[in-house]
Amino acid sequence: MSQPVHEPTIDRPPVTTDAAPQLQVGGFRIPKEVFRTYTMVFALLAIWLFFHYKTGGVFLSARNFSNLMLQTAVTGVLAVGMLMVIVAGQIDLSVGSLVGLAGGIAAIVQGWYGYGLGVSLASAVLVGLMVGALQGWLVAYANIPAFIATLGGLLAWRGVILGLSEGKTIPIGLQSFKTIGQGFVARPVGIVIAVVAVAAVIWLTLRRNRGRRRYGLPAASAGNLALRIIAPTALIVAFIMTLNSWAGVPIPVIILLVVALSGVFLTHNTTFGRYLYAIGGNPDAARLSGINLRSHILAAFCLMGALAGVASIIYTARVASASPDAGNLLELDAIAACVIGGTSLMGGRGTVFGACLGALIMASLDNGMSLRNVEPYAQYIVKGAVLVAAVGFDMLGRRRR
Amino acid sequence: MESIGTLPLLEMREITKTFPGVRALDGVTFALKAGEIHALVGENGAGKSTLMKVLGGVYPYPEYGGEIRIGGEPQRFTGIRQAEAAGIAVVYQELSLVQDLTVGENIFLGREPQRFGIVRWEELYRRAHQLLEDLHVAIDPRTPVRQLGIGQQQLVEIAKALSQNARILVLDEPTAALTDAEVETLSAILHQLRTRGVGMIYISHKLEEVFRLSDHITVLRDGRTVGTQPTVALDQSRVIAQMVGREVGEIFPQAVHAPGEVVFEVREMSVEDANVAGKMLVDGVSFAVRRGEVLGIAGLMGAGRSDLLTAIFGAHAGRVSGEIFIEGKRVRITSPAEAIKFGIGYVTEDRKRFGLVLEQTILHNMTLAALRQVSGSFVTDADAEAAAGEKSARELRIKARNVFTIAGTLSGGNQQKVVLAKWLLTKPRVLFLDEPTRGIDIGAKQEIYAQIIKLAHDGLAIVLVSSEMPEVLGLSDRVIVLHEGHLMGEFTRTQATPESVMSCATGHKLEKIKVKR
Repeated sequence: MSQPVHEPTIDRPPVTTDAAPQLQVGGFRIPKEVFRTYTMVFALLAIWLFFHYKTGGVFLSARNFSNLMLQTAVTGVLAVGMLMVIVAGQIDLSVGSLVGLAGGIAAIVQGWYGYGLGVSLASAVLVGLMVGALQGWLVAYANIPAFIATLGGLLAWRGVILGLSEGKTIPIGLQSFKTIGQGFVARPVGIVIAVVAVAAVIWLTLRRNRGRRRYGLPAASAGNLALRIIAPTALIVAFIMTLNSWAGVPIPVIILLVVALSGVFLTHNTTFGRYLYAIGGNPDAARLSGINLRSHILAAFCLMGALAGVASIIYTARVASASPDAGNLLELDAIAACVIGGTSLMGGRGTVFGACLGALIMASLDNGMSLRNVEPYAQYIVKGAVLVAAVGFDMLGRRRR
Repeated sequence: MESIGTLPLLEMREITKTFPGVRALDGVTFALKAGEIHALVGENGAGKSTLMKVLGGVYPYPEYGGEIRIGGEPQRFTGIRQAEAAGIAVVYQELSLVQDLTVGENIFLGREPQRFGIVRWEELYRRAHQLLEDLHVAIDPRTPVRQLGIGQQQLVEIAKALSQNARILVLDEPTAALTDAEVETLSAILHQLRTRGVGMIYISHKLEEVFRLSDHITVLRDGRTVGTQPTVALDQSRVIAQMVGREVGEIFPQAVHAPGEVVFEVREMSVEDANVAGKMLVDGVSFAVRRGEVLGIAGLMGAGRSDLLTAIFGAHAGRVSGEIFIEGKRVRITSPAEAIKFGIGYVTEDRKRFGLVLEQTILHNMTLAALRQVSGSFVTDADAEAAAGEKSARELRIKARNVFTIAGTLSGGNQQKVVLAKWLLTKPRVLFLDEPTRGIDIGAKQEIYAQIIKLAHDGLAIVLVSSEMPEVLGLSDRVIVLHEGHLMGEFTRTQATPESVMSCATGHKLEKIKVKR
């Protein structure tokens, strides 16, 4: 060994240095990150098959599938916002109370003051945005830890809506408002969505490949390319056909899809998203690279607040009333969804796709156990165990690396 | 001093220690007699500190290979406690005193004299007082450590070591942060301990001191013993030759810089400690850098070098004053974003802490500071980004499968190149390099040196901070020296010798040296 020698932290030999972490499965080498994503997909499929079998085929029926997607919508929308907050190394515990507050105000605006659809929608989103901005300011500019600032929010906003509503449940009268939570788009619209989605998949895949070639990067093989087009296409078609065979695509699901796709775009294709990951991954390095930590953290909280407003609309519209305890514990569902989807609470790691997957897993457990008439106490225990187990497996996998 | 025929106090035979992928110690043999001061010298990374950590039980058996004998008895330390029980006391480079406890509490930390589980404070302070008096040190044992200077803290560490009845005392760079007067006190104490029969291992980069104090010198290089000889049989140049094992000229490409006009200048920069009001980390420092010039900033740990750069860059937590000029125009910089906008790049020290997002890809790290220029102001262009990244990776010869490799899995040298690439992508006019080669292997160092020379040749103004004297002297066209926040001297390439710069860094004004000559 004539290698130069140094302090402990140092250089592995070049041979082992540079390989991305990979996993050998059959004849395929799968990057660990991809594998992690797919373990959650497999877990979801296992849960679905288990409940499908246990409920005698009811679970994956078109009707229940439609229901399941509806149930995912609220948690999913919140999880997208929560993901961005967590990726930036923060947390927001107030979103459940905020859903209650924003939904309550939307109901008050129309029920007590007689405003129309537009004003009540805008008021819900605006309340969410303002609360998010306030909490974001407390965290980013007043240096109050997010856990504390939003824990205060969890208590305070619940108090505000209790006071405003005088403890009463406010019914929703506007049919157009209710439709947002309960309606479906006509089947042909669903088909149009499917066609547009497939076209988008093809266009994006080909464009990406063309771009890679233009910059002299290795392009994907034809087989790989076909797989990248066919797999999502099959999923889209199956998804829309299933929902169409019941009543069409539920409007909340469309809202979730729009929010999720925007989230994917924002985290993946914008400087804003990249800065969030850098801030959560290493705040010192991010700051020294010229990133304004404060404004980005503030923005993440604003987005979270606005999305809580959106979620409150779906929630209130679906149950057709705003009760003062609406949205209770939803923050924990959203955080759990992120974590199950592979988000690190230390910040810097996680995907919108994973968070949505996590939301779907949580909703599947809820839905399946309700179908099976599992006692509420047991439902809580199962969900708690699943959350801890998901992180436990994640840590195990990490240690082996 | 040679006690012929008696067993050595300590023998270390064929010691090996491997870290993942690196053999830090490769068969080191070392012997220490009672009542001698034995100097251990070698370059950064030669294995001195690792060897002492093996001796001190920090790396317990069997994490290392080879044999340790004390007074002829084989020893296998399973932890620090066992090593202490065998009479070994190590005063590490980083002081390990609890700042908010008193001197006495620190000396007896974990070993407080007690009765029925209740600490006997009078006894503790009486014994602490006795220990300090034996060392002729005038420190009240009831003083909180925080109020002491670094030098006094060092003496407290030694008192602590002696309170454990140490037969073997290891001092790792004890004088790195000491003033001359403190160094005198320390050497008096060491001489006194020698007469008590304590064996001392003295690690230092300051050869002058080593020659003044030691009885024997052992040189380590690349994890091996080069040789042990009586100090009287050696001179500094022979020791340096043994340490380096190669000519300095081989490592540093001969620079032919033709510095142009001044692109960057600071006047009267001062930085106040963010935590201690009134304490100046940097005090009225001015300097200028020209196009195509490498300006070295030398100084000891804590001289304020990094504080100066961080303050200029708008990233210092403390209060900063002074004037900054870029191409002659006065600018105000209050954040790193502004510094970057004005064309300053800053390769920070400690790449893992300040330079990289370790869990992200090489590419995402590279483009972090210049994302808006490379990729788009809001919507990113992944392809353009990847192309820019691949180009940098090729130019800097980053060894990785591709730019999508996770930065945390790279070797130190390659990580450092990624940080360098990050700043080059911002197209800076002046580039700060803070400890750019710390903890990376010789090969990667040379590549980074070559890059620095090339960048200067291409017209970049470079400010280089390094604790490695040969690096500063080998690369810089001009060297300024800081000592405790003050600018102590400025040297041209030809004036700058290791002795003159080091003397300046330890607090001697430049004029004094000139007079001496």
